Amino acid sequence: MVPPSCDQALLLQAEFDGELGTAQSVALAGHREGCAACQARWTELVALRGALKTVPYHRASPALARALAERLAPATAAPRPRVARRWWREAASFGLGAALAASLVLTMRPARDDGMLAALVDDHVRALQPGHFIDVISTDRHTVKPWFDGKLDFAPPVKDLAADGFPLRGGRLDYLGGRAVAALAYEHGKHPIDLFVWPERGAQPTPPATERHGYNVVQWTADGMALTAVSDLERDELEDFARLWQKAP
Amino acid sequence: MAQESSFAAVALPHLDAAYNLARWLTGSADTAEEVVQDAMLRALTYFPSFRGGNARAWVLQIVRNTAYAALTVRRDARAVPLATADEDDGIHDLPDPGDDPETALLRARDRALIEGMLARLPVELREALVLRELEELSYRDIAQITELPIGTVMSRLWRARRQLAAAARAGVR
Repeated sequence: MVPPSCDQALLLQAEFDGELGTAQSVALAGHREGCAACQARWTELVALRGALKTVPYHRASPALARALAERLAPATAAPRPRVARRWWREAASFGLGAALAASLVLTMRPARDDGMLAALVDDHVRALQPGHFIDVISTDRHTVKPWFDGKLDFAPPVKDLAADGFPLRGGRLDYLGGRAVAALAYEHGKHPIDLFVWPERGAQPTPPATERHGYNVVQWTADGMALTAVSDLERDELEDFARLWQKAP
Repeated sequence: MAQESSFAAVALPHLDAAYNLARWLTGSADTAEEVVQDAMLRALTYFPSFRGGNARAWVLQIVRNTAYAALTVRRDARAVPLATADEDDGIHDLPDPGDDPETALLRARDRALIEGMLARLPVELREALVLRELEELSYRDIAQITELPIGTVMSRLWRARRQLAAAARAGVR
């Protein structure tokens, strides 16, 4: 006893979850218009998602992070990555003040954008791994900018801040949160900075600056673009970068 | 060596996701902490075979297996059967949205109520919803984590949503 609509139901759900391609979406939209059952299902999917936004996201306690740091330390004490050492140092020296500050930052997270923020930080960390390449390696923005042509449906602004101590290193193309995102790689001292760019209309992101697992994140919007800088630089240095970038021609 | 030393950078950004999944699967803060600790040590062991790709899905897959092992050992009274009989016909056994699908859920938009309803879902349905709605993972990632075909992920997700909606309707009636 299979209702004739069941395939449509899973298809509708896939559309709701952002899993359908354009052609399928268009076909489904045609069906939905005339199907009361699908409209009711859609309404319910939306309501469910709204309701689930109120459910707690359980974060690891600072004590757990510390315990893990201690148990894993011998294996990860190898002299390489600055990023990892930095993380351990922070985890290990997690004082009461830091723990308090961190828990404040964590509870203040905006539910909506957190997934994207996590994806950006993850992507930055991935890009630091050995063997991960920059798609186009160039310090010349006149090389980097045209490289994105035809690969994206928007033209990311590319600026060189070498004179200000933030030289451009190149760019790459990433797919994050279901969309194509331009990532511009910069450097300051030996610290890599990723600047993620995609088109976005609307309000300023909140909070403009935040911290996630030892990485600082500064976000702003300009000329219809959402910009997010991620780095292990100190927050004020990263904010300097953001300021200089916005002022640069 | 280089692989070992970069484990922290790959796995630890996903510590919160690991804990959240473990917590929702086991329903206990203490068990979840143990599961995450075990899972991270296992992940370190498996790290040489990690071929890149989605690190979060990789970590969560290990967390999930560890959590299920812990549930089996604990034989918690609340631990529902880990796998239900028929995967594929399950999507038809619940009513479709009634006349008023939205209001029941809106009225039930009480944090404790929704939390309780999610916690009472069978574990395999709960995990589908947690991975999709809380972690915002793609079907492909969820399929990797749960080691299931994408079709099964879709039908589980559908059943999970139907059951939650049914519970909301029953709850406010």
